[in-house]
Amino acid sequence: MSARDGILAAIRANRPAGDHPLPDVPLFAPLVGDDLTAEFGARLQRMGGRIAPGTAQDPLAGVRERLAGAKVVASAVPEVAGNRDLAAIARPQDVDDVDVAVVRAVFGIAETGSVLFTQDELVVNAVAYLAQHLVVLLDPADILPNVQAAYRRPEFGRAAYAVLHTGPSATADIEGVLIHGAQGVRSLSVVLTPRATA
Amino acid sequence: MSADDMSAEDLNPREREGVIHPEVRAPDDESERGQDGRRLHHAEGASKPIRAPRTREPQPRGAKIRGDRPIDQAEAAERFLAAPLHQAAHDERLWDLRKKRDTAAFGIPEWEELRELASQIKTHTLANLDRYLEEFEANAKANGVHVHWAVDGADHNRIVLGILRAHGAKTLVKSKSMLTEECGFRHFIEAEGIAIVETDLGERIQQLDNEEPSHVVVPAAHKTRFDVAEVFARTLGTDPDNDDAHYLAESQRETTRPHILQADAGLTGCNFAVAETGTVVTCTNEGNADLSGNVPPLQIHSIGIEKIIPRVEHLGVFLRLLARSALGSPITQYTSHFRGPRKGTEMHMVLVDNGRSARLGMEEFWTSLKCIRCGACMNTCPVYRRSGGLSYGATYSGPIGLIIDPTFNKRKYSTLPFSSTMNGSCTNVCPVKINIHEQIFAWRKVLAEEHQIPALKQGMMKAAGAVLSRPAAYRAAIGAADSALKVLPRFAVYNPLNTWGRKREMPEAPRQSFHAWYKANRMKGDKA
Amino acid sequence: MRVGLFVPCYVDAFEPEVGIATLELLERLGCTVEYPYDQTCCGQPMTNTGCHAEAAATEALFVKNFSGFDYVVAPSGSCVHQVREHLTAIPQTDEVVKVRASTYELVEFLHDVLKVEALPWAEFPHRVAYHANCNALRGIGHARPTELNKPYFSKPLDLLRLVKGVELVDLARPDECCGFGGTFSVFEPAVSAKMGYDKVADQNRAGAHYVVSADSSCLMHQKGCAERLGLPLKYIHIAQVLNGAAA
Repeated sequence: MSARDGILAAIRANRPAGDHPLPDVPLFAPLVGDDLTAEFGARLQRMGGRIAPGTAQDPLAGVRERLAGAKVVASAVPEVAGNRDLAAIARPQDVDDVDVAVVRAVFGIAETGSVLFTQDELVVNAVAYLAQHLVVLLDPADILPNVQAAYRRPEFGRAAYAVLHTGPSATADIEGVLIHGAQGVRSLSVVLTPRATA
Repeated sequence: MSADDMSAEDLNPREREGVIHPEVRAPDDESERGQDGRRLHHAEGASKPIRAPRTREPQPRGAKIRGDRPIDQAEAAERFLAAPLHQAAHDERLWDLRKKRDTAAFGIPEWEELRELASQIKTHTLANLDRYLEEFEANAKANGVHVHWAVDGADHNRIVLGILRAHGAKTLVKSKSMLTEECGFRHFIEAEGIAIVETDLGERIQQLDNEEPSHVVVPAAHKTRFDVAEVFARTLGTDPDNDDAHYLAESQRETTRPHILQADAGLTGCNFAVAETGTVVTCTNEGNADLSGNVPPLQIHSIGIEKIIPRVEHLGVFLRLLARSALGSPITQYTSHFRGPRKGTEMHMVLVDNGRSARLGMEEFWTSLKCIRCGACMNTCPVYRRSGGLSYGATYSGPIGLIIDPTFNKRKYSTLPFSSTMNGSCTNVCPVKINIHEQIFAWRKVLAEEHQIPALKQGMMKAAGAVLSRPAAYRAAIGAADSALKVLPRFAVYNPLNTWGRKREMPEAPRQSFHAWYKANRMKGDKA
Repeated sequence: MRVGLFVPCYVDAFEPEVGIATLELLERLGCTVEYPYDQTCCGQPMTNTGCHAEAAATEALFVKNFSGFDYVVAPSGSCVHQVREHLTAIPQTDEVVKVRASTYELVEFLHDVLKVEALPWAEFPHRVAYHANCNALRGIGHARPTELNKPYFSKPLDLLRLVKGVELVDLARPDECCGFGGTFSVFEPAVSAKMGYDKVADQNRAGAHYVVSADSSCLMHQKGCAERLGLPLKYIHIAQVLNGAAA
């Protein structure tokens, strides 16, 4: 018998007695107020991320300094012109020298301050981790109230890779001291700006 | 700590918000701050950072492993307690996680309902595990993933080695996985000539110190910064006198990055495997699972078969519970969904049984398969916090370990279910409502029936039962009113070691037992 | 109402005044209390060690002593938990099932059955830390434990609030186990004692003068720890406080 068939046979032989129906998952009331943008921002900040304040004329004002100070900027959005073309990257290792990566989130979650990316937004998945800093563009209209609502979205069923980022890479494995940039990005800044209409 | 080091808060103990070991309170605070200047404590970050005093205290080591001989957890715990600075730091650190967990749980009105839902979803899934595994496999294959099945740890290790060999891979980076610890994977694969690097900071510390993780979420929780500085100086060449946590973490980042870039393959564990989509979900704070999965040209995910959940929407239940239970955070920094290979690369998933299908058939213990490895039971366990995770001499320590470990080796782990006061706090914090303390109780019965407890202990219980079931013998044991100390807990006071009196004052013998008082005061003229 | 009084073995031997206070208190509240003279123990030391076969005869004796009462009342959370949840080494006849179901811990009996609303004789003008015995708290539901997001309630504190002069202090870890754990205190003495030391230090830091609990076993352990550390804490059973003990 193959390992597979042996395991499945053992599971069938050892099936727990009784009828155990799958419960329905109710729609719990969102834990957040009506102003999803404010709620998202407040929670993101508690998770170590930053809201980069912008103006109507220049939504990117809050990250201008960071972009200007970067030697290598990899942008996956039309709003920012980088100097590293992600579409031309052959190996993920080649984005290790990126100082700032700029990507657009599919959506945000107010309950946690999270943003979602799939391989389509990242172009090179690894850039969201190997870069030193991550700048995220998020349309306020794309903010969902809670995690539960997020998992009703179709991206999880069709993306080869989907990831929720909530603030930057963090660790507190040494005496509970919180440190950003454990292995991945050292900072995550969110620019609230509507999607460019095509 | 000198008076100069003390803040006003240290001088006023009432202000210390529940820290019972003030000697490990940090007067300064290196933790990250938010945009508003307030200190942050997401991820594993402590709400009250600890700082072990600068006194050198060698790190206590774990239980002595001697083949299949029963682990002496009490002995290892006693050595841990003999290192008071380590013990105090460990206790405060994990109690802080417990308190953060309480705050997070009380922030959600439907918390108890979520726990019940999660428990029911797991019950349903485990009762239909064959069907969901087949569904998962079919979907994973349709996504272009190579699916393997491993009967046990050795099988898993052989399969992964085979994958690596087939690709000529000689270097492997991995993220934290309790399953691979269970399989002894790191030791096996190193012996096969594969260079393996752990990428979680805590796990990396443990790898470099040649120790197992002592906690499922914070693997190096038993070490102080001085221990880490010593390990890194010895293995990474850092400054032995620099124990700044930022310096140490940064040194690890800088020395690990080349391994990640050069790795031929990456391996991750799995928090949830979604049947309807064939997705592996990992939850990390460092992003190291994403680095392992997205940088090397070959990716492998090791999955315990009990990790299956039916649908994506169920993630909405489990993710709301996991990080809140583990860390008091609403979510981990990264929640990653690996469903299919990147263009031009291969993705392998290894479904591992290693005793799980057998455990499914254990009527009293199968619900331990619901565990989502959040570590909340360990953080709340008063015995664990005072013993250190390595005192259990097993992959899984703390309350969940007490009920899982004996399923792997009944003799070796026969002592563990006794390393508990059965106070029940573990059961109450468990996000999937495993009745942990009741299973500890049930294991004791199984072990006694199978004579896996020491003959001395069983003999004492037999003697106690003989006395307690015969009123005359019991009264004789109490004897006259002045010899109450002869009474129970007889085995406590008069066992060969007198373990009670070594650490505590003995209770005074009252002039008269209740029984004697009753006879003297309430039975005049009665039959007595 | 016929009440059978169960005085657990360690109360009988070490804390007879707890048994006396329980008896007097129940009588004051109008119960007819009988003390079956052949009683010994509930079987807990054996079952908690896994030795159920060794507990069977003791359990049978317990049932024999206490069948026929409307209620069985004991001043011990852990013994009542044993009887209610774990007295299973003997066949579960109707008699056994009935005895198990009618066994109450003193606090819950006063609170839930007698529904005591006043204790005019009780006065205890001291700073008090309440110690929740784990079996009483989580096993038989004395109060809402700190882990659960459920509405707050506390039967022992409801009763203590009926006592004039009691000033309750807050512990840093209000329902952390004190480390007694029955035979755990003997077989894991180092961890047990350390838990006890931490517990009594917490009580001391909170400014308590007295520690009150519904279980003598925890109190005996904590008292031994406090004395070893030289802390000036005093330990007293809730039965004594509710019965009007002055100190």
